[in-house]
Amino acid sequence: MMLHRRHFIATASATGLLSATAPRLSLAAAGTDRRLVLIVLRGAMDGLGAVIPYADPDYRPARGALALAEPGQEGGVLDLDGRFGLHPVLAPLHEWWGKKQLLAVHAIATPYRDRSHFDAQDLLDTGGIRAGDDSGWLNRALARLDGGGKGLGLSLGQGVPLVLRGSVPVASWAPSPLPEPTMDFMDRVAGLYRNDPVLGPALMAGLGVADMANGMDGNKKRDGGKDRLILAETAGRMLSDPAGPRIASLELSGWDTHVGQGAIQGRLANALGQLAETMMTLRVSMSDVWGQTLIAVVTEFGRTIRPNGTGGTDHGTAGVALLAGGALNGGRVLGEWPGLRDDKLYEGRDLAPTTDMRALLKAVLAGHLGVPAADIDRFVFPDAKSVPALPELVRA
Amino acid sequence: MVISAATGTQAAHALSRFGFGAGPGDLDQIKSDPQGWALDQLTPRALPTELANHSGSAPRIFDMLVARKAKGEAEERAKKQARERYRTDIVLRTRLAASSVVPFQERLVQFWSNHFTVSTQRPVIAPLGLAYETEAIRPHILGTFRDMARAAILHPAMLIYLDNAQSIGPDSKTGQKRDRGLNENLGREALELHLLGVDGGYHQDDVRAMALILTGWTLDEERGTASFNPRRHQPGEKVLLGQRIPESGISEAAAAIDLLCAYPTTATHVARKLARHFIADDPPPAAVATLAKSFRDSHGDLAEVTRALVRMDATWAQPLAKMRSPNDFITATLRATALDVPDDRLVNAMRLLGQMPFAAPSPAGWPDRAADWTGPDAILRRIDWSLAFGQRVGATLDVRRFIDTSLGDLADDGLRQAVARAPSPAEALGLVLSSPAFQRR
Repeated sequence: MMLHRRHFIATASATGLLSATAPRLSLAAAGTDRRLVLIVLRGAMDGLGAVIPYADPDYRPARGALALAEPGQEGGVLDLDGRFGLHPVLAPLHEWWGKKQLLAVHAIATPYRDRSHFDAQDLLDTGGIRAGDDSGWLNRALARLDGGGKGLGLSLGQGVPLVLRGSVPVASWAPSPLPEPTMDFMDRVAGLYRNDPVLGPALMAGLGVADMANGMDGNKKRDGGKDRLILAETAGRMLSDPAGPRIASLELSGWDTHVGQGAIQGRLANALGQLAETMMTLRVSMSDVWGQTLIAVVTEFGRTIRPNGTGGTDHGTAGVALLAGGALNGGRVLGEWPGLRDDKLYEGRDLAPTTDMRALLKAVLAGHLGVPAADIDRFVFPDAKSVPALPELVRA
Repeated sequence: MVISAATGTQAAHALSRFGFGAGPGDLDQIKSDPQGWALDQLTPRALPTELANHSGSAPRIFDMLVARKAKGEAEERAKKQARERYRTDIVLRTRLAASSVVPFQERLVQFWSNHFTVSTQRPVIAPLGLAYETEAIRPHILGTFRDMARAAILHPAMLIYLDNAQSIGPDSKTGQKRDRGLNENLGREALELHLLGVDGGYHQDDVRAMALILTGWTLDEERGTASFNPRRHQPGEKVLLGQRIPESGISEAAAAIDLLCAYPTTATHVARKLARHFIADDPPPAAVATLAKSFRDSHGDLAEVTRALVRMDATWAQPLAKMRSPNDFITATLRATALDVPDDRLVNAMRLLGQMPFAAPSPAGWPDRAADWTGPDAILRRIDWSLAFGQRVGATLDVRRFIDTSLGDLADDGLRQAVARAPSPAEALGLVLSSPAFQRR
């Protein structure tokens, strides 16, 4: 007899074998009915290639071969507000713009200024100002929700990224073709892991979520590049479940465009196309809860204004963040635009930062998830008390 | 450290900490002197025959350059060939490690290869990973860090992976004629990841200076090797970390790498990574300091630094603190069972458990902390795979004997009881492989 892993959790908890808490929550405990999907673009997306400041007189001279045509021309950008336009491969998101379900924040950056991917991602994940902290801001935010956030967090992928690591147990899920062991076998393994501080909690978190994914997803086969879409679709379905997680994170790579970045086509266009596809997949699989949903897209820093010597861009400073979703008060490009004139650039080479990333993240946590502002200042972003949250991001 | 009365636990500890765990007979063989077993491996050995017979990187780079121009069927054929070479290479590498008589050396090769990562994130790297490791890393694991850094940073695979092959000095002859120029990628990662470390005391100006120094290092398209093209090299003196590097073309890169290897923060950076790999995720600061001192005192003599590692008490602290990476877990399973796992299954295992060799997610290499490998889904997968492995081969082993030969005194009573009560040999083996003792090193 094949028993589902969910069943196993219930049985095991009842017998008192397992001390860790199962991630599947009871309805009463859910701290929010809002959904948040955090998409982290690892490798540093070129903000100027995604949300294009086409009306800035310095845009074309500064960007050279990376510049895109004006709106209305062949291969031209898709106009947003007369100042900025979207890369044409983001056309599906342009439709969301018209419904006020898309918003961009330009010239945004974390407080980090040193252009190392790894330190910058660390700080983007921890929400701190020094590398080396060991909990992520999203996990600390989960802890502030009613019920302590248990069962609300989900990482798409085999591991849990730093942004979701911390004291609140978080589930992770990725498609696997391996046969599922019986409940009896898992019970024996759980016995071995009972006193193990690392393996025990990981097993408990994994069991609950594996069952949820199976229950909804049937037998999805692993299919190379399609994994990304399976992840997005599964995330969407799990988030749509009233008793499922509320907050999910997933990651996209391919953004470190030192070479062959391209304009209308090229490595950046490919990566942006994958981003649009992922967001569209989420939209479809979350249609039941779209009105309560926010997708936040962030990256560790922007890239150089001018092309480098190999048709790409090197590590820069400020970039772009995107918000999307039915809960959004969108249709706007936020952030003071610093301009692209040589004397306006950060260290003569990068887009100058004018908005602190944490202003955006605070607004998402407070306005969307309802995390109390005092808790955000005290527990989530203690280094950013003086950074005001961006106002009115979410529909009233 | 002096081990007065070596125990079975220390033997099992040493085999896991410095190798890929125990294969049949290993525990008995080393139990009289586990530390001596580790130290004895720190003298150079002949290159394994399989690697000596390997084609090396040059013909493969040549093929890759030809394939770039190929279209249609020829392009497909070239891609297929590259994929097959990659598969053959990663299977060879894993089997060599699993069956090695000097597994500590294999661990060191893999550690340093990860430190100076090249990755299939750039797909052209796939057929080059093992050749790069054999040419740039393996000869130097018991030599000097400086020689390894020179070999790795200037290896054609690295020049391709981090874009230096295309980087051109803006004021060079080629740079003045063509609308191409500098790419900072390798210059930055050499400072940040390979040498000084991110807090190692360099600035953006140093990144640019290093990138300029490296201009000209590109591919010889006829031979498939690295070569220095003076027409692409940025002329003039460069200033790196406050030191003047006089214009000397081809010699500048070596001079700069030497300067960086001798910089004090490089010793600390390397010491911390070694200690994190072989001792604990957050190693004791004293252990890092000891390794850094050994590195500085010996001018980066890696045999000396590795001996210091083996002799430190911290390295022998029990219980084993590190979680095995998927790669180590699979290699340890091969070694422990000594079974002939077909190539396809081996490659599938690596893919399923999330660590294909030479496929690190970034130039920083594979992460090296438990939290990076113990996401709930990752752990579930290890268990699923352990049982699936048990179902295929469990019946061919005496699992109770297997506990003794693979884990020895690392297996506690709980595990022995669970195995004794397991309903089938398949499940018994699945439990041993899943067990906390087998998951650690």
